[in-house]
This record gives sequence, structure tokens and C-alpha cells, in this order.
Amino acid sequence: MSQPRTIIQKLWDSHVVCQPPGAPALLYIDLHLVHEVTSPQAFDGLRRRGLKVRRPDRTFGTCDHSTPTTPRDLPIVDPVARAQVEQFEKNCREFGIPFFGFRSPRQGIVHVIGPEYGLTQPGMTIVCGDSHTATHGAFGALAFGIGTSQVEHVLATQCLLQSPSKSFNVRVDGHLRPGVTAKDIILALIAKIGVGGGTGCVFEYTGSAIRALSMEERMTVCNMSIEGGARAGLIAPDDTTFEFLHGRPFAPKGAAWDRAVAYWKTLPTDEGAVYDREVTLDASQLEPMITYGTNPGMGIPISAPVPDPGEAADPVERETRRKALAYMGLEPGKPLAGHPVDVVFIGSCTNSRMTDLRAAASVLKGRKVNPRVRVLVVPGSQQIKRQAEAEGLDRIFREAGAEWREAGCSMCIAMNGDQLAPGEYAVSTSNRNFEGRQGKGGRTFLASPLTAAASAVTGVVTDPRTLLG
Amino acid sequence: MEKFTAFESWVAVLPVDNIDTDQIIPARFLKTVSKEGLGDQLFYDWRYDADGNPRPDFVLNRPPGNRAQVLLAGDNFGCGSSREHAPWALTQFGFRAVISTSFADIFKGNALKNALLPIVVPPEIHARLLKMLETDPLATVRVDLASQTLTLPDGTPVEFPVDSFAKTCLLEGIDELGFLLKHEAEIAAFEQTHPAPVDTLSVKFED
Repeated sequence: MSQPRTIIQKLWDSHVVCQPPGAPALLYIDLHLVHEVTSPQAFDGLRRRGLKVRRPDRTFGTCDHSTPTTPRDLPIVDPVARAQVEQFEKNCREFGIPFFGFRSPRQGIVHVIGPEYGLTQPGMTIVCGDSHTATHGAFGALAFGIGTSQVEHVLATQCLLQSPSKSFNVRVDGHLRPGVTAKDIILALIAKIGVGGGTGCVFEYTGSAIRALSMEERMTVCNMSIEGGARAGLIAPDDTTFEFLHGRPFAPKGAAWDRAVAYWKTLPTDEGAVYDREVTLDASQLEPMITYGTNPGMGIPISAPVPDPGEAADPVERETRRKALAYMGLEPGKPLAGHPVDVVFIGSCTNSRMTDLRAAASVLKGRKVNPRVRVLVVPGSQQIKRQAEAEGLDRIFREAGAEWREAGCSMCIAMNGDQLAPGEYAVSTSNRNFEGRQGKGGRTFLASPLTAAASAVTGVVTDPRTLLG
Repeated sequence: MEKFTAFESWVAVLPVDNIDTDQIIPARFLKTVSKEGLGDQLFYDWRYDADGNPRPDFVLNRPPGNRAQVLLAGDNFGCGSSREHAPWALTQFGFRAVISTSFADIFKGNALKNALLPIVVPPEIHARLLKMLETDPLATVRVDLASQTLTLPDGTPVEFPVDSFAKTCLLEGIDELGFLLKHEAEIAAFEQTHPAPVDTLSVKFED
């Protein structure tokens, strides 16, 4: 009987090509996703060396980051962004990589379209030049973000030089209470372990509360693994995973499907396998979470007061927290509930899928957005946009006074013209509240789609449970 | 790649924890398709005021920070986005090493691929160096990768860890992609026994 292994170990073992002496292992990459921002310099590198893309059949592209969310029949106004999107499409054509271009009716955020089209499957290694690649871990894949040098390495060789990470079991048991969501689980985890808490690790999310989540909710949790310092985070595949994938364009068909499922069922962590680290959360104790500071670890339950920086023992940490509150214009000791809001952003690779849009619509239905607040709803893909329109969600958003836009990263990264003005406050369903992340001088409160929608209605940070029927 | 040699330098001090790559280089500068010209955008929103004028009190806008090759930063440096523009901007400004108590994983890997050395020191050494530089901002440190030694201004040698392969690559100027390409036979053999789970060219969309 062989040693019991975690799913993390199994994925690693099955993808090691070789172990050269004195070097990291060569890890084989099954799927490489490419977008317009982190790839142009890598394609240039290939040209300089006269190299081809080794496996265009294991590569897929879409544009999302600098892509406008205005109607697609309009040109891209920003000449620098337009040149980048055009270069991306040109690079994909030149190197034979299939892609969804700017005007494709299938375009979307790279971490949304992978699962949507069944490209993302259990047991795979998946990389992308984007730190939120961990999203694909929701399917039981080892998925992580890489820099542009590594984008070039994978384009050229389909491999990375890689050392194994430590395994970190994040166990979440109990039942989420009404108004508390997957987003609140991950924000609570990061608040507990800190933004560097998972450095050097891959998270495996386990426990009954994780098992009970839908695939879309699992993607929300895995998406923000990097915000806890872990390059990857994953969830072992189960029937929920298989049901989601069945019938998607790239999912295996017929006998190949049965063989794939049989293999996928061997992936979960073996009984008795040992993790390097562990942490537990009780889902039934969680409240809606919100961040008050300038990194995602600065999060609190929505009814709790903003912590006093003076409580930090370490002087650098104390200064860091003071600086964060000064940037945010907040005083310690007061809760955030009731704080005025200028913008609400519902979107991003964290929370732009159908269940997120349905949750936001459930709050906005029959209500009006506070006239002081600008509300942007940005679906994760053009496919999601169409589905939401078929369900009438766009009408609910528009009638409430929200903007219903085309797909892209939008105000999560503020590269495409969707951005906060200096000093503005946003409740955002995205993943980062760093200084200036949503626009220079902008101030971000990260929260769930329910909390974002509730705050849109009242014009102040609002506990969504006060508006739920 | 150029070989990484030992050097002595002033230190730019930025004692803030969790400095994320959005601070190192804000996302709006990522629309470029080039690697060049990013040094002026390093720490842009901390370095310049609303009108684009340098803030005189910011460490990189005054001596010795404006000529330092070493940055001393707080814990968990380089967290957040995977953008390699962060080490590109740091090296184009002139930095060759960053000292912290820890680095985010992706940043650390990106830095090492761009001849920017992430030096991890224990918290007590970090605090000591910070104090020395408060007392004498013109004090210098010496960085020697071959012996993995950081020499503090008072002459104390501090050994730092570095991945042995990354060290060899830096010291000998070895390029990782060149190394990977030499393993073509092994990669091809692996592919023979591991059929593709997905063929991204297998579905043709009619639009």
C-alpha cells in the first residue's frame, strides 16, 4: 500500500516531466490561458529567439483586462489599450492560438470563460499570467498565476521549472446562515491568517461547508487564495463538479466522459494523508464580511468596529495599519455600516457569474439605487450577459438605476476606463482593496454581491440581512 | 543574462508591510506592450503628487534613496498581482536587491528571473538594519550572492537563503528558458504517455 497523498501531491506527481540534478522539477502544464496584458512581451521573446508556440492546442486566449465594457460596436477609445488588444489578437493569429477576441460574442474574463467552456477540468495543471488563476482550482486542478517570463517558458516548452509547495488544509464546517456567502468565507479566512498567511503553500479547501457550495461559489473561494498568500487553492472534485462540466463544449463526450470521471474520482485526498499546515473555520459563526483597509486581510464582520492600529505589537505593522486608515479616511472604533458610498461595483473574476448576478438582483428587484450612488454591473462573460438577459436580470438592474455593461475585468483593476475618482468610496465585489486599485485615490470596501447590492440601495455600507425578505 | 556580481550600496528605506505590486507599478501603466520605460513609473502614486510632480519627502525622490541599489521594505513584499512589470520597474530604476522579512511567492520568482535579488532576513536583523539607517541614512550595505552574505553597515555578516538553482542562474548568467529547451526529449516523451485532457483547437466556434 502506497503512502496516502493529498490531491495537491497527486497533481504534482502526475505532472513532473523530469527532475534535473541541481534544478527544480520540470512541471508539465495541461492548459495555458493567455490575455492581453501579461503576454505581449512573452510573444516578443519567442520572436527574438525564433521559437514557435509548442502546443497551441493546449493554449487559449481571451481579452479582458484593458478591454472596455462599453458597447462592442464602439471602438476602443484609449489608443494604448486599443494597441494592446490589437497586438494580442495579432499574436494569437500569428502563433496559431485559438482565442476570443474583443468583438467575439464569447469574450469574457479569462477565469470565467475557462470553466464556462469546459476547458478547465479536474486533474489538470493550469497557468495564466494572472494571480487569480487559482479560480480554476475549484475543479480540482492545480492552477496558479505566473509572470511574463514564465508565460514565455510555457509558450515555448509547455513546462515550468517549479518546486513543490507546502499543503495547507483550510477546513470549513457548519452551515452558512442566510445573507452569508462564499465571499464571506474567503474574506473571513484571509482576515484570520493575513495576506501572507499562505505564502509557500497551496490551499485545499475541505469540510462540509465547502462541499455544500455550488461550482460558482467554489470559484469565488479559490479565486482569492492569492489574497491569503497562496499561489493556488483547490477543492477536490465531486458530483457537483461533474454535473457542472457535463455537456460543456470542451468537456469529454461519450465513453471519454466515463473514463474521465473514473479518473477524476481518484483525485481526492487519501484517508490519512498529512498536510503541512491546517486551519479551521466554522461557517455557522460567520457574518457578512467587509474590508476596512488597504489589503484584503484587513476585513471585519460588518457589525464589528474598525480595529485600532495601536493594538498591533510590531511597530512596522502599527505604522502600516495607521497608513491604511489614513488613506481610507476612517476612524478606529466605529463600524463601517452606515458609511456613505459613491460607487458600487458588481463584477470581476471573483463575483461576476450567474449566481452572483442573481444574488444582486434579488436585492435590487423592485428597489431603486440611491441616487447618490453609481452602480456598475459587469458580467464575467458575454455568454453570462446573454443568459442574464434571458432571465430578465438586466431589466431588474436597469430599472433599479444600475449600469448594465459588457464583459471584462472593468473596475476591479481600472485599466479600461472604468475607475473611481480620487477620494471616492466603493463597495466592490472584486478581490483587491489596495491603494488606487480601482482608480487613483479611490477607496475600496470589499464585500459580497448581496452586501454590494444592499449598499447600492441605501447609499451607505449596509448589512444585506436588513434587506432580505 | 548578465552575471550577478557583489556590490555595495546605499539603502532606500520603505518600512511598510505588505507592499503590493499595484503600489510598485499601478495597473494603468500595464497597457504597454514593451518591457521598457517602467523605471519612471515605479511607486508612481507614492512618488508623485496629483499634478505629476515628485513628492520631495518620498524616499526615492531624495538622496540616497534616488541612487540606492538596495530597497529595505516591510514584511510580505510584492503581494498581489503577478505582474512582472514590478521587478522590471524596480530594476529599471536601479535596484538590484530588496531586503524584507518575507516575499510573496510570485514576486519572488519574477524578481529572480530579472536579476533582482530578494533577500530574506530575520525580523531582529530587519529591525537592527532599520535602526542603523535611521541613525545614519548614508550607511551602506554589501550584497554578495556567491557567499549569500548581506553585510550590515557595522560589518556584521548576515547569511541569507536563496534557491540554489536560482543562485547558479544569477551568478553564471544562465537563462531559464535556454535550460528548459534542452529538455525537449524528456518533454516529448512525457507527452507520449500523457495524452492531452483538452485540445483547445478541437472546437470551432462559428463566430
